[in-house]
Amino acid sequence: MILRRVLPPVALGVLALLGWELLVQFAKIQPYLLPAPSAIGKQLALVLPGLWAATLATGSNALIGLIAGSILAIALALVASRLRFVDQLIAPVVAAIAVVPIVALAPVLTNMFGATSETPRRVIVGVVVFVPVFVNTLRGLRQVLPVHRDLMRAYAASNWQLTRTVTIPGALPYIFTGLNIASSLAVISAVVAEYFGGLQNGLGSRITSAASNSAYPRAWAYVFGAILLGLVFYAATLALERLASRRR
Amino acid sequence: MTAVQVTGVTKTFTTKAGLVTALDDVDLTVEKGEFVSLIGPSGCGKSTLLRLIADLDTPTSGVIEVFGKSARQARLDQDYGIAFQTAGLLPWRSVAANIELPLQLHGVDRVGRRQRVAQLIELVGLGDFARSFPEQLSGGMQQRVAIARSLAERPELLLMDEPFGALDEMTRERMQSELVRISAETGAAVIFVTHSIPEAVFLSDRVVVMSPRPGRIRKVIDVKLGDARGEGLREESAFFASVTEVREALHGAPATGTARGVDTR
Amino acid sequence: MTRLRAVILGALGIVLLGVLWEAYKALGPAAGFEAFGIQLLPRTSDLAMPHLIDMLDRALSPVNTAADSQPVWLTVTLACLSSLGTAAVGLAVGAVVGFGLALLMLRFRIAESAVLPWLILSQTVPLIALAPVIVSWGGRVHIGEFEWQRWMSVAVIASYLAFFPVAVGALRGLQSPLAAQVELMHSFAAGWWRTVLHLRLPASVPYLIPAVRLGAASAIIGTVVAEVSTGAKGGIGRLIIEYAQSGSSDPAKAFSPIAGAVLMGLATAGVVALVALTLGRFRSNEVPA
Repeated sequence: MILRRVLPPVALGVLALLGWELLVQFAKIQPYLLPAPSAIGKQLALVLPGLWAATLATGSNALIGLIAGSILAIALALVASRLRFVDQLIAPVVAAIAVVPIVALAPVLTNMFGATSETPRRVIVGVVVFVPVFVNTLRGLRQVLPVHRDLMRAYAASNWQLTRTVTIPGALPYIFTGLNIASSLAVISAVVAEYFGGLQNGLGSRITSAASNSAYPRAWAYVFGAILLGLVFYAATLALERLASRRR
Repeated sequence: MTAVQVTGVTKTFTTKAGLVTALDDVDLTVEKGEFVSLIGPSGCGKSTLLRLIADLDTPTSGVIEVFGKSARQARLDQDYGIAFQTAGLLPWRSVAANIELPLQLHGVDRVGRRQRVAQLIELVGLGDFARSFPEQLSGGMQQRVAIARSLAERPELLLMDEPFGALDEMTRERMQSELVRISAETGAAVIFVTHSIPEAVFLSDRVVVMSPRPGRIRKVIDVKLGDARGEGLREESAFFASVTEVREALHGAPATGTARGVDTR
Repeated sequence: MTRLRAVILGALGIVLLGVLWEAYKALGPAAGFEAFGIQLLPRTSDLAMPHLIDMLDRALSPVNTAADSQPVWLTVTLACLSSLGTAAVGLAVGAVVGFGLALLMLRFRIAESAVLPWLILSQTVPLIALAPVIVSWGGRVHIGEFEWQRWMSVAVIASYLAFFPVAVGALRGLQSPLAAQVELMHSFAAGWWRTVLHLRLPASVPYLIPAVRLGAASAIIGTVVAEVSTGAKGGIGRLIIEYAQSGSSDPAKAFSPIAGAVLMGLATAGVVALVALTLGRFRSNEVPA
């Protein structure tokens, strides 16, 4: 069963990696187009200390932005689910943020907070993360079945009791759907925000500087670090979700 | 003493199609310990009447008293237990935790809750399933949990809105027998909404027959089948006589070949 | 009535953002707020936070002091159009590839089980980090007469971002018909292609619309990011960086291209919504992406 589910993607992955190496070796593909996996691996070992520091810098930006943005999103969704006018007030802004390249704000945020501050990136991550968490949380909070609402009214339950025993537990799976999406977006936007200037200490700026120095295998090595960071964030949210659903 | 007193109650809803009169000048009295069924085709207002008594909706005009208090006060005082057509269990709570819910909401301490839940689980025969979750139970078992939950605070009045409506016929008859036993054991008054004529007759002391558009009480039928109601009752001629009486009241005339069946509406 | 209320409140929400900006500028601490060495609140000087009216004024005045200089808004609009073109190419390529992949996964079970986990995984990692590398293809790849242009690198990145939502949305949509509906087609002796054409394709519309909406937004983001990391001339991404660098002397100027990027995203979403309107009868049960 597990074999059937795991084998095809793993086989495809190994095959792709092998094909990539062979292609680069035999078709004499230039490194700027596509370096060989072996060359990337060699660079990876060389830049490991720097890679670790850069990953830490980008990762902490992503984490702080993710936490701040999610808390804000969940809190506002709670308010919006209660007060219709708040929902109508922020709905268009949220819809707009969803379709707009938020990273473009990076340069002016750098102006506002100062070029040596990490805050602009964290703000970017927070805003980007806000949308999926807010939208999914609100959807979850609205899922209360009429029968559960009736039941709680029949029990003369207070608003807070309704929220605590019915609304929030029912919304949890939706909140985690939002957080899953948000955790990937957090890393992506933390890396990308670095392309727009500001501090030069993260993965994004290392990738750009390596690429502009034509050190392509090194750029790929940093990309590899970014990919690992993304996976760590994704796995962490999944684990959190497992933990929360077991406690219920 | 009366459990429920409904006097001159009218309820109208505004829908896209205009003003709908769900209940028109309805009077009804339910005595303590009495089992009363509300039956009628869809749109006759039987569920609406139940929701008004439960104070889930408020009447447009008229008065509803529950144990001599307003319906609202009775709800705040938790004088009734309620069960709906869907069990309405919280999927993230175990069977025991679902039954415990009203006790927990009303501040009963942990020990008291545990004792009461154990009793209730035995009462509805779910002893082996206390730690199961709703999705692991059949529809009939879920409905039993809902009934146990409605009994949690020893209410003197039970409001049931088609609780067996979604069950298959065999499960349904078994649940009816259990409900007869439970209501006898607890001595609570029951108001029971149903679509099914045999179900109403089998369970009730009185059957209230309602007609739609506007919702009115057409006839109240005394079912004189006594308190001892076992499975054998379903095959007695007295049972069939009452079934016939209710059916004729529903169709407004002695049933002929052209009568429409209630269950097909 | 309720619709009007929603529109008014929505507009009010946007106005509120502007009011917040000016209020903070007027009342906030001049040097911002710093705690534990972290700048938590922004500075309020005209350099850091220009007045809204100054931004508007700057957008209407010429780019620089040269006599034949265009007004800023015109330059920004032209740059947006150029970027929109690139994004459209990216979206088109991404949508075609995504839909093709969905058909492939629909046809071959093994393709779905081998490819889908990679697709999902690829979305959890910042592959967009590759942008600076892909951009370096520009001007260096020649295939016969054909020379790889920088904007093509940009389009490749946009298409990569656009393709995933389309692929997943299309797959879910194509698989959405009920077993009974599929068996009905089977009983008509309709082959695989005819079943796709008459049943699966129409059934996938409610899934495809939100998918394309998401894909379009992603293509725009990809375009802007790629233009920033390439410095590809002509696009809005380049303008964002260029004007931001003049921030110390001309802070209001930086906001014009950002507003342009925002409007570009909104306009694209609007176009998708308009196209969706023409598909009304397929959309009775639209699902959120």
